Amino acid sequence: MTIIAENPIKAVATPSLVQQKVIASLSKRHRKEKLFRRLGLSAVLISLGLVAVLFINIFSRGVPAFWQSAITLDIYFDPAIIKIPAKPEQQAEESDNDFRQRYLAWQTDVGFVNFNRLITDSLQTILPDASKHRRDLARFVTSGERFALRDMVVADPSIIGQRRTLHLLTDANIDVWLKGNIDRSLPDEQQQLSPITRQWADKLSADGIIQNRFSFALFMNPDSRSSLASAGLAGAFMGSFYMMLVVILLAVPMGVAAAIYLEEFAPRNKITDLVEVNINNLAAVPSIVFGLLGASVLIGWFNLPMSAPIVGGLVLSLMTLPTVIIATRSTLKAIPPSIRQAALGLGASKMQAIFHHVLPLAIPGILTGAILGVAQALGETAPLLLIGMKSFVASVPASPFDQASALPVQIYLWQGNELRNFFEARTSAAIIVLLMMMISLNGMAIWLRKKYEKRW
Amino acid sequence: MSNFSLIVVLLVLLALGYQLGMTRSRKVATVNSDLRMHSRPHHYGMMVGLWAVLPAFLILILWLWLSPAVINAMMVSHLPTEVSSPSTEQLRVVSQRISNLADNFGVVADAEAWELSAADHLRQLKANSAIMLTALMAVIAAVGMLISLLKITPRLKARHQVERVVKGLLVLCSTVAILTTIGIVLSMVGETLKFFSYIPPTEFFFGTTWNPRFSTVGVGEQGDFGLVPLLAGTTMIAGIAMLVAIPLGLMVAVYLAEYAPVKLRNTAKPLIEVLAGIPTIVYGFFALVTVGPFLRDLGASIGLDINATSALTAGVVMGIMIIPFISSLSDDIITQVPKSMRDGSLGLGATKSETILKVVLPAALPGIVGAVLLAASRAIGETMIVVLAAGNSPALTANPFEAVSTVTVTIVNQLTGDNDFSSPQSLVAFALGLTLFVITLLLNVVALVIVRKYREQYE
Repeated sequence: MTIIAENPIKAVATPSLVQQKVIASLSKRHRKEKLFRRLGLSAVLISLGLVAVLFINIFSRGVPAFWQSAITLDIYFDPAIIKIPAKPEQQAEESDNDFRQRYLAWQTDVGFVNFNRLITDSLQTILPDASKHRRDLARFVTSGERFALRDMVVADPSIIGQRRTLHLLTDANIDVWLKGNIDRSLPDEQQQLSPITRQWADKLSADGIIQNRFSFALFMNPDSRSSLASAGLAGAFMGSFYMMLVVILLAVPMGVAAAIYLEEFAPRNKITDLVEVNINNLAAVPSIVFGLLGASVLIGWFNLPMSAPIVGGLVLSLMTLPTVIIATRSTLKAIPPSIRQAALGLGASKMQAIFHHVLPLAIPGILTGAILGVAQALGETAPLLLIGMKSFVASVPASPFDQASALPVQIYLWQGNELRNFFEARTSAAIIVLLMMMISLNGMAIWLRKKYEKRW
Repeated sequence: MSNFSLIVVLLVLLALGYQLGMTRSRKVATVNSDLRMHSRPHHYGMMVGLWAVLPAFLILILWLWLSPAVINAMMVSHLPTEVSSPSTEQLRVVSQRISNLADNFGVVADAEAWELSAADHLRQLKANSAIMLTALMAVIAAVGMLISLLKITPRLKARHQVERVVKGLLVLCSTVAILTTIGIVLSMVGETLKFFSYIPPTEFFFGTTWNPRFSTVGVGEQGDFGLVPLLAGTTMIAGIAMLVAIPLGLMVAVYLAEYAPVKLRNTAKPLIEVLAGIPTIVYGFFALVTVGPFLRDLGASIGLDINATSALTAGVVMGIMIIPFISSLSDDIITQVPKSMRDGSLGLGATKSETILKVVLPAALPGIVGAVLLAASRAIGETMIVVLAAGNSPALTANPFEAVSTVTVTIVNQLTGDNDFSSPQSLVAFALGLTLFVITLLLNVVALVIVRKYREQYE
């Protein structure tokens, strides 16, 4: 859009010296104008392009990891291998303690059973000259699956002596090999797998016995170091869940209450000014500083357990508190004073005016702020590393006081795993899960804002 | 009873008190039908509920806070004299052992007879304490509820009482933010002073070598704790980030605020702001597996030796992260510049870009500087990108293609997750944290002052 119309100047019969100068410079100025506009547009396009590159990159790496090589095996629960007594039942006259001891003894018996034999026996029936390569055979299926078989037996001992067709996860390296994530032309000594294992994998894959199946392990299992193929996000997910619970129960109500006081009740004086400046600054304090606070105060002074979601949740609550306060305050500020005045005029107390009339109108805005705060807390990593959540936890936490990991911390741990070929994709998959949660939280916030947005 | 079930019982009492208070107030109202009740029935209900629960809750808090020390003292006073006399440090170890025994946790070596009896004693004391607490709370709750029920008369200002309590709670919540700041400052100053008792401050602030060694070695060599290389790395990465983010972010803001059609603005703005919502660990991973190798190959193709994890990699990715901070803050500020200023310039014959460059941006400059400072403080405090992508090599270098280390990375490395803050190797994390806190605080305060001044100018 050119602002300066050309016609009026041309219409003048004999342009003055100044006008001549202006006319002469016009084309140059217009060119500059165009250039500037193009610069602006390209900045926007570059930024959008960066968003696209980031997402495409992560998704193209991570999506394949949701499907994983699994072998279909006919497992015979051989009574000759599973030699265990009957599962103990609690007798009428037996005390709980005695029963527990008996049960523990039975579990020890079960623990001694070589469940991997079931798998190797089954593999032997479908693989050529398997008996010559027992070590390779034993490692073909990832080690976590033998415990899955054990759990099946414990859950239902009547399965002993029966045959079941099961999909078992193969070793992580076989997944890497079959997906082509390792250079197939590398010489033997640089390959992770022995030549015979590679031959087996290719053959079984060609026969359709090994297939890419949706990896439920990624969602159902906790992290694992011994059985990499079955390492999953369940523990980290529960850890994050407990922390978000703490944030929702602590930061949101406290932040809203603080905002109500500061916006509606607090007298305007030096102290409230100080509180306000303090909250604004707190919102910009680097997150890692909150981690230091958690390490020295919560763990050092209050002796709360290390690596526990309760501590992580407290730290994240303190971190998100300013976000919630600021969002709530701006929502309250936007509600016209006429609402308050009408309530007060009808004889309501200030408390009643706020809680019965102002707050209900502010709820969509408050929820939006709260959701954004929770999303911020969900993605935060650095403070959690300082309170010990980077330690390896191979179980799903049963309460907020148990040791746990968190989704972003799990991503940090997986990206550092030595088996890069396998974990680069798995890390990306974990990132996709995290991003999906963030996107749905943010989408919820946007939807709330759109749906209930009111212009006064 | 466990503390959790005590709290559940308190909640039940709250509901019970509420119901009783409501019923009672209605009865009082029917008896004194000539008088008007001061408050609504639910106010009386709330009042009774609060009287039943609040004092008991305070007792619970006090008890939980004070009883462990008291119980421990009582247990120690019953120890045989030959073990209770030694130094406080030894005593602490002994009482920890006994408390582990009492909780049926394992202890190192076999427990001795006096330890076992002390553990029994401790268990007994704990059980007694729990019973006493429960009884005390029950009595106080019952008394509170009864008295407040009896107090209900038409003239009782129940609503005022309830509102005062609610207001008190609101005040309490708004002090949490202040307490957090105080907690941050106090804890970090305390640990930093401890650190300075090992390493003199001059050595920390002006030392040019960072080599803390390991904390397990004990005495002997202390290691070097020079802040300068870390600060240099931090500055370099933040500088690169700003070099990427300022031009891009500012141009995005200008284009979206001044040129873009509404439709483009409404789609592009939230899409770019997506960048601000992505967790930093994701950026770190992106830098590590994509940007780093890309920059290395790019450098190799033009004859430059670029490390895959370098200040450049971390800086570029951090710049991408910061674009939306600068663009949306500047956008707000640019749109706040009064239309009359633009119209004046356009009316004098300036082109739009001339108006923007010579009128709008100079008018918005203070605000934009504020935005840039806020973004810079974010860049300095950023952790995960640099942990993954900066290479963690605390050497003093001016070459952005080499690996560096930063203040935040070092904090993460030094606090490896044990809670024993007694060696300078872990205490230094707090000194670094305090430095970081002060730097970002200064940047923020300056930025906020500038932004606020600017806002007042056009309001």
